[in-house]
Amino acid sequence: MEVKQRPKNFTFYRRKTTNVVMLSVSFISAILTIMPLILVFYYTIAKGMTYLNINFFTKLPTPVDVPGGGMVNAIVGTLILIGIGGAIGIPIGIFAGTYLAEFGKNRFAYVVRFLSDVLSGVPSIVVGIVAWTLVVVPMHGFSALAGGIALAILMIPTITRTTEEMIKLVPDSYREAGLALGIPRWKTTLRIVLKTASKGIATGVLLGLARAAGETAPLLFTALGNRFWSTNIFQPIASLTVYIYEYAKSPFKSWNDQAWTAALVLIILISLLSLIFRFITRSKYKNQA
Amino acid sequence: MVNSMINNETLIKPLIEKEVTGISTINEIKISVKNLRASFGKTEVLHDINIEIPERKVVAIIGPSGCGKSTFLRCLNRMHEVVGGTITGEILIDGTDIMKDDPVYLRRRVGMVFQKPNPFPTMSIFNNVVAGLKMNGFRNKKVLKQIVEKSLKQAALWSEVKDNLNDSGANISGGQQQRLCIARTIALNPEVILMDEPASALDPISTAKIEELIFELKKDFTIVIVTHNMQQAARVSDYTAFFYMGKLIEYSGTKKMFTAPDKKQTEDYITGRFG
Repeated sequence: MEVKQRPKNFTFYRRKTTNVVMLSVSFISAILTIMPLILVFYYTIAKGMTYLNINFFTKLPTPVDVPGGGMVNAIVGTLILIGIGGAIGIPIGIFAGTYLAEFGKNRFAYVVRFLSDVLSGVPSIVVGIVAWTLVVVPMHGFSALAGGIALAILMIPTITRTTEEMIKLVPDSYREAGLALGIPRWKTTLRIVLKTASKGIATGVLLGLARAAGETAPLLFTALGNRFWSTNIFQPIASLTVYIYEYAKSPFKSWNDQAWTAALVLIILISLLSLIFRFITRSKYKNQA
Repeated sequence: MVNSMINNETLIKPLIEKEVTGISTINEIKISVKNLRASFGKTEVLHDINIEIPERKVVAIIGPSGCGKSTFLRCLNRMHEVVGGTITGEILIDGTDIMKDDPVYLRRRVGMVFQKPNPFPTMSIFNNVVAGLKMNGFRNKKVLKQIVEKSLKQAALWSEVKDNLNDSGANISGGQQQRLCIARTIALNPEVILMDEPASALDPISTAKIEELIFELKKDFTIVIVTHNMQQAARVSDYTAFFYMGKLIEYSGTKKMFTAPDKKQTEDYITGRFG
């Protein structure tokens, strides 16, 4: 059978051209999206490699131009800070998200949801000042605890909303199945619904932790920074981000370079965290939804 | 015997009772429903239902979509309340009002199988079967193993999955998943099993297997099955109830229902003139 050809008139060529133009614009935008990330990786690796050696992970910072210094206190400090933040923020976020998803059909939940979105938009430096007023002033001193609390406040909205969204994705049929087996509601929620949503929740927790690990501004008012070894949560504590800030603005070339190394270590740390989480929440079964 | 090792009283009660009473008289009434009205908000979906369901028989509930079949079923294990519904009237199981029982305990006596197979995807086949027991604090591994084997055998699934009990419950075929859900329900040794269109999402072969299974299960359990498929109702049930617009129109022996129904509406529905 003969296929009837449509005429190749002006409309035809205009449609084809529009198609090519739009496709190119989308493609270039996609490239532009990943460019910053590539640049970040390129610069931190290129400039950070200079000081990336065993000393950096084992030694304390040295005065300017004294070679062999590291940032072990800042690495441990950052871990302690996100540890405190996580210990406070993860449970609150997960339980709040569970409440919103499972019992959140009332006005109160609506308000919580809205304010949680507002909180996630509050600049981190403002959260820092609040933590300073609430913790640093009454305790008469900067401390890791204050820093951790500030980071927890920053994590909570992210974790809450991701948890809520992930739990809402769990089909009702699993809840019904649990209840129909005579499993109490709270156990159905905890051991069936949350378990089913655990992978997505872990992603939310990770986003929250990663954001907290990268914060500088709120730590300036709370954890302050520390040039010495300290694991006391009631004392000021060093963190990678604050070191990056201080070393990068210093006039010394060697400190500038170490700031890059600190940035590289921070990125590695967050990536490791991500890997660990993926490992913990990996599904036991292949092809699992 | 398995029973003697279970020390959770709420779980053991039905087990022992069944053991003591043995096979009861043929036409003993298991469930008695009086003046049941069920609503969603202000809309009443079941109007004044009166029905008696005999023990160890299969009762099929037929009727067009939206006639209240599923709602009726969900009243029997109080799942209707979970979705915000309200119930008035009386539902007696063995003479006691279920509205006065705790819904969590009630649901261990009255199990339910849903339309879409819904094994828990995060659990192995083994854990799916004993999910109800395990999550109610029952942990004796030896007994759990026995219950898994017994339940899967009863659900006619044992031979197909006995070598991969540790695989995910969601990786088997749809028909197997549904039988797994039945095994999960009978693992709690309920007295009544409610089935809400258990075969409507399955292919003909799997459907036939489920139907055979229902036939076997009625030796031990009282079964109430909602179905859209009239041939299925005719094949598996002893009694059939026809619901229409939230009312019980007719309830009689299945054979009579499908050969000489009393009501014109029933005949019209069964012969396919509407619905």
